[in-house]
Amino acid sequence: MATQTLIPAGDFRTTYAADTTVFPTATSRNAMISGIVLICFAPHVVNEYILSLLIQIGIFGIAALGLNIVVGFTGQISIGHAAFFGFGAFTSAYLSNRFGIPVFFCIPLAGAVTAAVGLIFGLPAARLKGLYLAIATLAAQYILLDFFARAEWFTGGSVPASAEPFSIFGYSLRGDKQYFYVVLAYVVVCYLLVTNLIRSRDGRALVAVRDHYLSAEIMGINLTKYRTLSFGLAAFFAGVGGALYAHYNQVVSNEGFGIDRSIIFLAMIIIGGLGSVMGTLMGTAFMVLLPESMEWLSVALRGSPIDQFLGLKNNIAFLREMAIGIIIIVFLVFEPDGLAHRWRQIKAYWKLYPFSH
Amino acid sequence: MNTQLLIQLLVNGLVVGTLYGVVAMSFVLIYKATQVVNFAQGELLLVGAWVCWWLLTKYQVPFYLGMPITLVFMFLFGIAIQIVILRPMIGEPIISVIMVTIALSTVFSALMKWMFGVNLQPFPRIFQTQNVNILGLQVQTVYLMSLAVSVAMMVGMAWFFRLSKYGLAMRATAFNQQVAQSLGISVKSVFAIAWAISATVSAVAGVVVAVVNGVSAGLSAYGVKVFPAAILGGLDSVGGAVLGGIIIGLLENFAHFLDSEYLHWGNLYEIAPFYALIIILMIKPYGLFGTKDIERV
Repeated sequence: MATQTLIPAGDFRTTYAADTTVFPTATSRNAMISGIVLICFAPHVVNEYILSLLIQIGIFGIAALGLNIVVGFTGQISIGHAAFFGFGAFTSAYLSNRFGIPVFFCIPLAGAVTAAVGLIFGLPAARLKGLYLAIATLAAQYILLDFFARAEWFTGGSVPASAEPFSIFGYSLRGDKQYFYVVLAYVVVCYLLVTNLIRSRDGRALVAVRDHYLSAEIMGINLTKYRTLSFGLAAFFAGVGGALYAHYNQVVSNEGFGIDRSIIFLAMIIIGGLGSVMGTLMGTAFMVLLPESMEWLSVALRGSPIDQFLGLKNNIAFLREMAIGIIIIVFLVFEPDGLAHRWRQIKAYWKLYPFSH
Repeated sequence: MNTQLLIQLLVNGLVVGTLYGVVAMSFVLIYKATQVVNFAQGELLLVGAWVCWWLLTKYQVPFYLGMPITLVFMFLFGIAIQIVILRPMIGEPIISVIMVTIALSTVFSALMKWMFGVNLQPFPRIFQTQNVNILGLQVQTVYLMSLAVSVAMMVGMAWFFRLSKYGLAMRATAFNQQVAQSLGISVKSVFAIAWAISATVSAVAGVVVAVVNGVSAGLSAYGVKVFPAAILGGLDSVGGAVLGGIIIGLLENFAHFLDSEYLHWGNLYEIAPFYALIIILMIKPYGLFGTKDIERV
């Protein structure tokens, strides 16, 4: 957020603190605050369906943010993110069911437990090239999925585990409208945390590891430590997202934590922009809305020649999958910096409007 | 202890393992020649098998004609993937390249599901006799065929790399791209040919599996099993990949034996290779025959 924004003429930074500030201008800070305030009114304005989409964007956005730390900021590849997301969901449900811990505390606890599991899988690969982390996380994906199917005491096996509704000091929240604020609070906190992480010494160390690991090591950055740290952080956010997902659906089944979900998480951060905090949210919104808009399109096209040719009704699931793959390829080839970059360009265009040069 | 079952499973393991070896070999070929980790290897199998099945059932092409057509198609398909998708990615960070192959695998598997459905389709019968009796063991003819085809492909690959001129060019490119280019080797065409050969060899493996088990979307699981095999053998060793594949195949079936006889955990067959993968990454990440110095950072 603080990087590469267009700075008004005459606004010179004279201190280091001014250069690393979260909001480069007062306007951008006010816009962000008023945006958050505006979205607080969303549950009273929009209908249930759009509200559920907003909640999904928030939940997946938190998990994708974790993936962006490891892929976008540290330059490692993780293909098992959905398994950690699932682990967080099951952990939170298990903690609240088995030990009766209030859900309020379960969500961060689930994040911490997932981070520990992530570290176990990240450790062997953190000393190796990024490629090996990719393969280790692939193994983690399959091992964890197998674990979910096997460990009946933990997940309920083939019977979905139930998760308590969110409660705070004995007052339990009912319905999407109230849960929306929980997700919103988590989104704001998580995004603030990561934005601040990137401004800190540790965050800059992560970026240095990505940009040139050899130079980073020469400058005194402990590669193993920061690679493992970033992987643990990614698993933490995946766990928090998963826990929120569990208490949103109030039921956690084995489905939906497979490798296809991991690919969707990767698609979110690639489309949003690798190494961009706000881009992650844009990419998540894009990936949540893509299948929905295809659904609307297929309804709109019902009965038309295109529908008859493609057989939309039966094949929409496959077409969706294909669209995800094609979109990833298109973004990688034509817009590798993602929507965040495009957004900056649009802003710059309007700022300079009549005189673009 | 059930010796009969153990021997039967080990024979299965050998047959499946050689197939893993063949697929891992074509995976390593791409990695060595173009430094691309191909997550879409399993989908190449799938595409090859479906194309052959389609020719054989839809157009009633006899097998001896359908198979060469499939191979020619896959050769061109491999070149097309390289030129259209992978060539623009040269020089991009490794994350982007890996992501492109992951996206390719999504696209292909969804495309195949869309075109041919999700159900298992039996392959037309190719052999008259079902079983042959070898040393008191009932061995299916298709298994023997599978073993023979796999070994033939490995020998062919070895010949190609050791003795043919193009194989030499490919080895030179793998060793050092700049030097190879300065010696007059077209690195571009080497990249394209590497993909073409890999796709063709994978398609042969795909058809073999399809003849044994029928065609379904589950075929692409072979592409995932490639990782334990290739890592065990060493990511940049073609011979190691073959050995790694055989070991993983045997390990899988041995795990299945232990599971069914003693442990009764269930599903150990599927998951054992991934535990092996994690252990290999911990103790010997460069594998049995891989280059040692390149892996650690």
